[in-house]
Amino acid sequence: MNLLLLLLVPLLTALAVLVMQNKQQIRWAAFIGASAQLALAFGLYAAYQSARHAGQTAAFVFEKKYNWFPDWNISLHFGVDGIAIAMILLTAFVVVAGVLVSWNVEKMTKEFYFLLILLSFGAYGFFISLDLFILFFFLEIAVIPKYLLIGIWGSGKKEYAANKLALMLMGGSALVLVGLLGTYFGGTGKTFDLLQLSSIHIPVATQMICFPLLFVGFGVFTALFPFHTWVPDGHSSAPTAGSMFLAGISMKLGGYGCLRVATYMMPEGAKEYANVIIVLSSIAILYGAFATMMQKDLKYINAYSSVSHCGFVLLGIGMLTKTAMTGAVMQMVSHGLMTALFFAVIGMIYERTHTRQVNEMGGLLKVMPFISTVLFIVGLCSLGLPGLSGFVAEMTVFVGSWQNADAFHRIATIAACMSIVVTAVYILRAVGQTAMGPLKAGYSNLTDAKWNEKLAAIILIVGILIIGIAPFLLNDLIKPGTEIIMQKIQAVR
Amino acid sequence: MSELITILKSELTITAIIFILLFIKLGKGINNGTLLGIIQLLLLVNFIAGFFMNYEASAFDTMYQTSPMIAFQKSILNLGVYLISLLFADWFKKTEHLAEFFILMLSALLGMFLLLSSGNFLMFYLSLELATIPVAALANFDLQKKVSSEAAMKMILSSAFSSGILLFGISILYGVTGTISFAELPALLNGSTIQILALVFLFSAFAFKLSIVPFHLWTADVYEGSPFAVTSFLSVISKGAIAFVFVSTLYRVFEPMHVVWYNMLMVLSVITMIVGNLFALRQQNIKRFLAFSSIAQVGFILVAISSNSVTQGIPSVVYFVLIYVFSNLAAFGVAATLAAHSGKEKIDDYKGLYQTNPFLSWILALALFSLAGIPPTAGFFGKLFLLTAGASQANYAFITIAALNMIVSLYYYLRVVRSVFMDKNDNPISKAVIDPFTKFGLIICGVGIVCTGLVSWIYDYIVSLLN
Repeated sequence: MNLLLLLLVPLLTALAVLVMQNKQQIRWAAFIGASAQLALAFGLYAAYQSARHAGQTAAFVFEKKYNWFPDWNISLHFGVDGIAIAMILLTAFVVVAGVLVSWNVEKMTKEFYFLLILLSFGAYGFFISLDLFILFFFLEIAVIPKYLLIGIWGSGKKEYAANKLALMLMGGSALVLVGLLGTYFGGTGKTFDLLQLSSIHIPVATQMICFPLLFVGFGVFTALFPFHTWVPDGHSSAPTAGSMFLAGISMKLGGYGCLRVATYMMPEGAKEYANVIIVLSSIAILYGAFATMMQKDLKYINAYSSVSHCGFVLLGIGMLTKTAMTGAVMQMVSHGLMTALFFAVIGMIYERTHTRQVNEMGGLLKVMPFISTVLFIVGLCSLGLPGLSGFVAEMTVFVGSWQNADAFHRIATIAACMSIVVTAVYILRAVGQTAMGPLKAGYSNLTDAKWNEKLAAIILIVGILIIGIAPFLLNDLIKPGTEIIMQKIQAVR
Repeated sequence: MSELITILKSELTITAIIFILLFIKLGKGINNGTLLGIIQLLLLVNFIAGFFMNYEASAFDTMYQTSPMIAFQKSILNLGVYLISLLFADWFKKTEHLAEFFILMLSALLGMFLLLSSGNFLMFYLSLELATIPVAALANFDLQKKVSSEAAMKMILSSAFSSGILLFGISILYGVTGTISFAELPALLNGSTIQILALVFLFSAFAFKLSIVPFHLWTADVYEGSPFAVTSFLSVISKGAIAFVFVSTLYRVFEPMHVVWYNMLMVLSVITMIVGNLFALRQQNIKRFLAFSSIAQVGFILVAISSNSVTQGIPSVVYFVLIYVFSNLAAFGVAATLAAHSGKEKIDDYKGLYQTNPFLSWILALALFSLAGIPPTAGFFGKLFLLTAGASQANYAFITIAALNMIVSLYYYLRVVRSVFMDKNDNPISKAVIDPFTKFGLIICGVGIVCTGLVSWIYDYIVSLLN
């Protein structure tokens, strides 16, 4: 399977959106394009499985290399492993759902869908890149769409939020850039190629400088404490689909980068700084959870809880055990689906009640049973109910963390575990106040979800349920990828 | 003789155009539209001719040198002037003294061509003057406006001052080495104090022309006072030419004193980026804004120059200037169109522009994103290669400062984008009528901004010129 298809389909969709005449055509073009992406992602999954069954043991399959700026040793080098495929599937799910929930965006529809599709283009490109230069290229390509999506279609103090997000993410990329240049010249090979860089031993001195740059740089994207401050503002000001993309896809770029680029290339650096990562991510988990308790706006609740949940991703990476790392990837996928669904539901509620304040709502279950049920499901997933994806992912991280037998790791694990209780408190309170109780006046003639909203929710719920009920599917997909990373780390020991 | 013609072909063509314009001016009876068309055609011909028959050669006892790389640099400048003739067509058609304007501008261009080709400091100095003095006259071209005369005055005084410094540096150099030939100088340079002094003087002269902080003070006023066509010529063509010459002079002549100028470059680059960015943050007038942002851009060019690597430093600077020509000219073109239409030059006036002028808004956004260095625009590649070249010296603090400066610059470029796309305005600038020439120019710039980066063989081509 040619991975360029993953870039071509979004590109063609974006062009199709541009040439369409009226809003209905634009929507359908975007939807068909997004569905094609989803089909392609599943096709890729199937092709990957059969390639593995056929005995392909290389770390990355479907490798393709095209020359691009040969004077800098840059090439369009693509390839995927299980981790990348998991992320691609996640992206495809979120894109379809995002396109569906934006069905009634009336303001500058064409531009909206164009930017949305462009964002997905960047994400696919990022996940399939095996050359750090183009990986960086795709990481940054999403800055413009994010900025404009929030600034034009957002709500609240959107200009401020858009600026803050663009600048902080750009700051993250700047650190990544310096780290990449450091590896380029420090790795003796003068190459950006991930496979070459991971096969040579990067000098320890370079690792000690470049690992923190890369990790913090990518960490900004995935809400590493204390660089998480763009998350609440950005998410709460963005339009619904924008929030879904931000939390569901964009934050995962950072986690993937931390794992694939920083940790994979620089095992010594990872070992050296692992404790710092653990401390920071434990703080993020607890701080995010407690901060969520204080929030009254549904979007802020989900945004702060995203800080907390993404902390598990970094915690899993920092623990440096195979199980924890697998858990980290599972948490990325799980959180991506769950938070996208959460933002979708919030968007649906907001569209009807015109408020996101929890205390102004109540009894919505009576008038919108479908939406409220989805809200329950996603809430339960967030607090880690067995059978849903959140439980599987977090459990795996905890088990993996516990494998480190010393007191420091144990304390961090226990601290992180405690956040689950806090999560239960804020989720149950928010969901309960919104959906249960007496119906507030003025809400009696609200309507339930329309077909597009139902479809969006169902697609994401299916994803959550598959992971929750059959976690081995995801686990088997990810494991070979994390094993390779762990081999490098164990070789250092 | 015939060899001399091929070697000097760009210069000869430009001279020929100047003479044609002079004769047309004598004869009168030709309207501005036709005249502009003729100029554009001739410039285009020269641009295309610039890609053929280029080889390493020298003439007049190495006073004049050329190589494929120098020829390409000339082509970039030529392209820039061609784009200027397109973008500001509206203004050109209305001006009373079109022929004089182009005679002056092309004289400056001729000076730059000779500057790029100069093989010793005498030639260097003469052509630098030829490249500067006509521009001061150009700055005065808005004859009704007082600020325009003020700009011209500031320009001529500051360039006279920098020329003086340059001459002083050259004479010291001649005093200690006994030669002014680029080829003979490197062997005689040993980094003695007096030579460092000469280098500092030469460096300051370059810094004046490139408006490197702290020699930048003339820039914003001159840019603001001059007509748009002149401002863009100054900030793009002039800067580009001087940047090319700066690189080649440092690499060719002062290579033995690399350590000295590396430190100077590093300090000046950091100050230039920071000051340029900080001042750009506060500008309201779009011309001043672009002036300060171009100061910051020069800071980035210095990062690459500091690499002291012919194979990385020169191509990345040339590539960046090519991209800069497209991006900055596009921004100036949009600003000039809007200013001609509504008389408004403030960033706040651009609020709600997207509602009325989507085409201009997208071009402006592309240009600004490219200047900020965001993919998929070419500016991303340009900036990244500059930084990569600079990083080869393994000075990470320097590169980190440069990278962080990109964030600051993003902030103010986004400010304009925000005005255009997001801010509400009940009374935005009405739909501007765009001259077809201007539109064509803007489309060329837009295509250039997108394609120069993504199409990697443009960079390969630049590198291949070195061999």
